[in-house]
Amino acid sequence: MSVDLDTWEIVVGLEVHAELATRTKLFCSAVNEFGGEPNTNIDPLTLGLPGSLPVLNEHAVELAIRVGLALGSEVSPSSFARKNYFYPDLPKDYQISQFDRPINVGGSLELPSGKVIGIERAHLEEDTGKSTHVGGGGRIHDAGYSTIDYNRAGVPLLEIVGRPDIRNADEARAYVTELRSILVAVGASDGKMEEGSMRVDCNVSVRRRGDDELGTRCEIKNVNSLRSLGRAIEYEAARQVDLIEAGERVQQQTRHWNEDDGRTHKLRSKEEADDYRYFPEPDLVELDPGAEWIERVRAAMPVLPAARRHRLAETTGSELEQTALVVERGLDELCLAAIEAGADPVRVLTHAEHNLSDERSLKLDPEQFAELVKMETGGQLTATQAKTVLSEMVEGAGSPADIAAAHGFEAMDNSELESLVDGLIESNPTEWQRFCEGDAKITGFFVGQVMKATKGQADGKAVTALLNTRKG
Amino acid sequence: MTEQSSPITAAEVTKVAKLARLTLTDAELERFTHQLGDILGHAADIEALDLTDVEPMARPIPLTNVFRPDEPGEPLDRDDVLSVAPAVEDNQFRVPPSLGEDS
Repeated sequence: MSVDLDTWEIVVGLEVHAELATRTKLFCSAVNEFGGEPNTNIDPLTLGLPGSLPVLNEHAVELAIRVGLALGSEVSPSSFARKNYFYPDLPKDYQISQFDRPINVGGSLELPSGKVIGIERAHLEEDTGKSTHVGGGGRIHDAGYSTIDYNRAGVPLLEIVGRPDIRNADEARAYVTELRSILVAVGASDGKMEEGSMRVDCNVSVRRRGDDELGTRCEIKNVNSLRSLGRAIEYEAARQVDLIEAGERVQQQTRHWNEDDGRTHKLRSKEEADDYRYFPEPDLVELDPGAEWIERVRAAMPVLPAARRHRLAETTGSELEQTALVVERGLDELCLAAIEAGADPVRVLTHAEHNLSDERSLKLDPEQFAELVKMETGGQLTATQAKTVLSEMVEGAGSPADIAAAHGFEAMDNSELESLVDGLIESNPTEWQRFCEGDAKITGFFVGQVMKATKGQADGKAVTALLNTRKG
Repeated sequence: MTEQSSPITAAEVTKVAKLARLTLTDAELERFTHQLGDILGHAADIEALDLTDVEPMARPIPLTNVFRPDEPGEPLDRDDVLSVAPAVEDNQFRVPPSLGEDS
């Protein structure tokens, strides 16, 4: 099933929970690690034991500020609140979160396409323990019982709430990918979706094209990969359109994505926000990072992916989108250095985009990369030969000149090529006649003959050009 | 005291009790509605004051930025902890299922 996008518009807003890369939890000194033995990273606060009190982890705040600055948020004086609910994944019966006064207010994120997605807020809160539902097929709503590991309870999270500016599954995936790059770039999170370091809740609604008002949304949970994210959005949008077209209404509710059947299932009707009875956390004081701290963090910020894409696009004179993959692979510094060393910018970018997918490419020497590109643009290597040499350079085989020499790649003298081509024209009059009559397919015959004679060292484009010159 | 004059209704108290997983008898419901009404009445007394010149405070204590360094401490011993849990399975806390709603 798919949505008729001429009639309908899909509206998506994402809430991303990112686990912060601290050594310890948000409010206590129990260790923050993935994959520890169950219930070993626990202390009195993690278990909500009487008398235990929270104290805020300074480094978690630092990381939150970094993300806030990266997203262009206003880093603000903030406070913590209790979000009350009874669920065994938090033994205190409440989660400490930020409610009316989040640390990061507003902001935006630029996708590789150049589209900008608004950010509502990015606030600190504690993670919950991990429940495993046993019996009844392992699904949350029909479990026989649950077992709980509290290692994750209290791990610092930053909840990044995006505005409903996303319009399709591809944009949603691009948003999450970009956000992950930013989190990793500033060292705030390892961004590993497969380990739950980054979890996405996805608000989906649909409306008729041209409508200003947003439709009723459903929140989808359990989206654990970029692939599921796209599938879940497409399924849910189609479900809602079907409902509306059948004359029914979409009900606001939380739904659970099931990877196996590729559908979303109703989990619970959305509770009213005030059912959580938020109130100021009495055990914690105000958090006000202040200008000095914020500026110190700002001064130490790395160049972010969006700025790196713009820089590379400007230097190479290319389209912004062409730089996305290269920046994602972290090859932009290498490219800029090679260009600085005199290599042709477009060839550099093309190689980085198509021929440098190997992780070892990051270790390439920019001078040597530049030298290779110069050999290619200087006519000493054909495009195919340059690709071969480059892949061996990535494997650590040495300088481009040495590798080319080892392969016997030598630039053919132009006069050598000319006499070869002239000889072929003379000895193949029928084929030459066809070429002159405009039979493009016969070009391959001549190029093939030249390649055969030169053991593949001639430049195919040069041969074609020469044939055209001879044709007159 | 009629429901109209009370700052909180019995229905509201019933809802709050439900959210707090408390079962109240009729007598308790009446008593707590009255007591909560008194507390809210006290807040209403403060609301009646002219506080236009008073800066709002997020906390009663004028204290900000109390931090802890990001350094690991000693964890609790798992066996000690699990020995006092009502039910244990595979070194985890075993709990009843929750959230029954589904369609």
